[in-house]
Amino acid sequence: MNQPLAGTEPLIDVHAHFYHAGAGRSDWAEVNAARFRAGDRIGITYHVASVLGSYGFSSPTYFPSPEDVGIGNDAMLDIAARERRRVRMYVTVNPNFTAHAIAEIERCADRGAIGVKLLASRRADDPLLDPIAELAGARGLPLLHHIWQHRRREWPSQEISDGADLTRLAVRHPGTTFILAHIAGGGDYAHTVAALADVQNIVADLSGSGVDRGMLDEALATLGPRRLLWACDITMETGLAKLRALEVIGLPPEALADIRWKNATRIFPAGAFPNALAGQPALQAAHR
Amino acid sequence: MYTDVSAFVGPYPFRHLPHPEPRLLVRVLEREKLDGAWVGHLPSAFYRDPAAGNTELLALLDPHRDVLHPVPVVRPDWPGWEKELRRAHDAGAPAIRAYPAQWGLAPQDVAMREVAIAAGELGMALLLTVRFEDMRQRHPMDVSGDLSAAAIRALARAGNDVRLVISAAGREMIEEVHWGLTPAEQSRVFWDISWIWGPPEDHLAKLFRTIGARRFIFGTQWPLRLTQNPTANLELLPDDQRGARLADARDVCKAASRIDD
Repeated sequence: MNQPLAGTEPLIDVHAHFYHAGAGRSDWAEVNAARFRAGDRIGITYHVASVLGSYGFSSPTYFPSPEDVGIGNDAMLDIAARERRRVRMYVTVNPNFTAHAIAEIERCADRGAIGVKLLASRRADDPLLDPIAELAGARGLPLLHHIWQHRRREWPSQEISDGADLTRLAVRHPGTTFILAHIAGGGDYAHTVAALADVQNIVADLSGSGVDRGMLDEALATLGPRRLLWACDITMETGLAKLRALEVIGLPPEALADIRWKNATRIFPAGAFPNALAGQPALQAAHR
Repeated sequence: MYTDVSAFVGPYPFRHLPHPEPRLLVRVLEREKLDGAWVGHLPSAFYRDPAAGNTELLALLDPHRDVLHPVPVVRPDWPGWEKELRRAHDAGAPAIRAYPAQWGLAPQDVAMREVAIAAGELGMALLLTVRFEDMRQRHPMDVSGDLSAAAIRALARAGNDVRLVISAAGREMIEEVHWGLTPAEQSRVFWDISWIWGPPEDHLAKLFRTIGARRFIFGTQWPLRLTQNPTANLELLPDDQRGARLADARDVCKAASRIDD
């Protein structure tokens, strides 16, 4: 068997998505299979993934109806159960439906969800997010928040938030870990990196279609390797390219391991990634 | 080994780029196992008169001409553009660059058509850039917008000798142009793969299946983007496309085929 393109050390993609029969596209299973195919080729140990309702088929992707949220989470629970070896899940919620969101977090966390996914249904600093952030913190679940890097105006189809918006929520919930989504996913990452600098309970994932030179250097210089998480979102080639760029930058092996997987084992619930910890006895002991 | 057809040197007006110098590009090509690059002068895209930028480009590349091949800018609505075109040809350029979106030229602009034909008659390709950055991150002063598919179609229809290299297009634009052209017109257009998505959406594989890998060419947009990205994309192709070969830069046009002579 060929060596994985990104090497054999553990690798955790903390921002992935899967589709399902209700997602309104006939090729949904093919796209899911492509993620596994590319993941195996890259050498991804775990895909930490969410399903975003019906992806716009019966309610908008970024404003999913409670019914679609539930259907999507059920689909994600099924995938995570079926692919236990390599898939973990976020429970997706819409904070406009507070009671439903809280119930979904409890229901899915009881069945193995290891994080909470928030889209762009409500601005990140809105008080409606407080009970969700509080519950996530109480259950030890990191909260992955969809972000537009530097929000300069409203954009259609989503109520976008930027790094500065997320910091206001994070400051109110110091016991919760927030993952700022895809610093390479559109918008001005330089604004985001600066906004997060002093708010230590926010970490950033590196996913997104952007592969701007200078972005990784800025993120490393300001946030450091302990606050960055490797991820792909919907462009896995950019994930592989960023890994290689991190190697070229000349990070020490320990810092690269932090970004690849160790930071994920620190912020997600203990025991979430046994395959990553296998063969890493010192870290496993420390984690316990 | 591929040639990177869409590299630049020089700074970008809207964000800092680390070390956009030719000597670094040479090292990057070696590291990435690329055999050379067609190189534009990034600041010239934003000059009104690109002539001075062309002079600077030729001087910057002069010590590295074994691997870095100049692609000067020719602005066809500026007086004396024919002299700049001839200068590019005489300098051994495989192609010229033009930026109709930055110059405010309409998709069917007559001057753009003229320069595409004139470059083709000299055996050179016309290299067009769809975008430098994602629309969502642009500086408030960067209001040109993306190059349109209509502009590309108009130039592909301009004449038999026209050869276009389009940098930084995505799947939708490529399909809109390709299937809006006759087979003869399609054969005049090459697309770099710098902005095409890989898995799980697999846009690159889908385009290879429907249009054919030989219409595509290796390009990175260095120093704006990571050179590792197009290589990663090729490595992650599904099994049925794993051995696909892109077009060779030397096959784009006569001027490119003479590079190694």
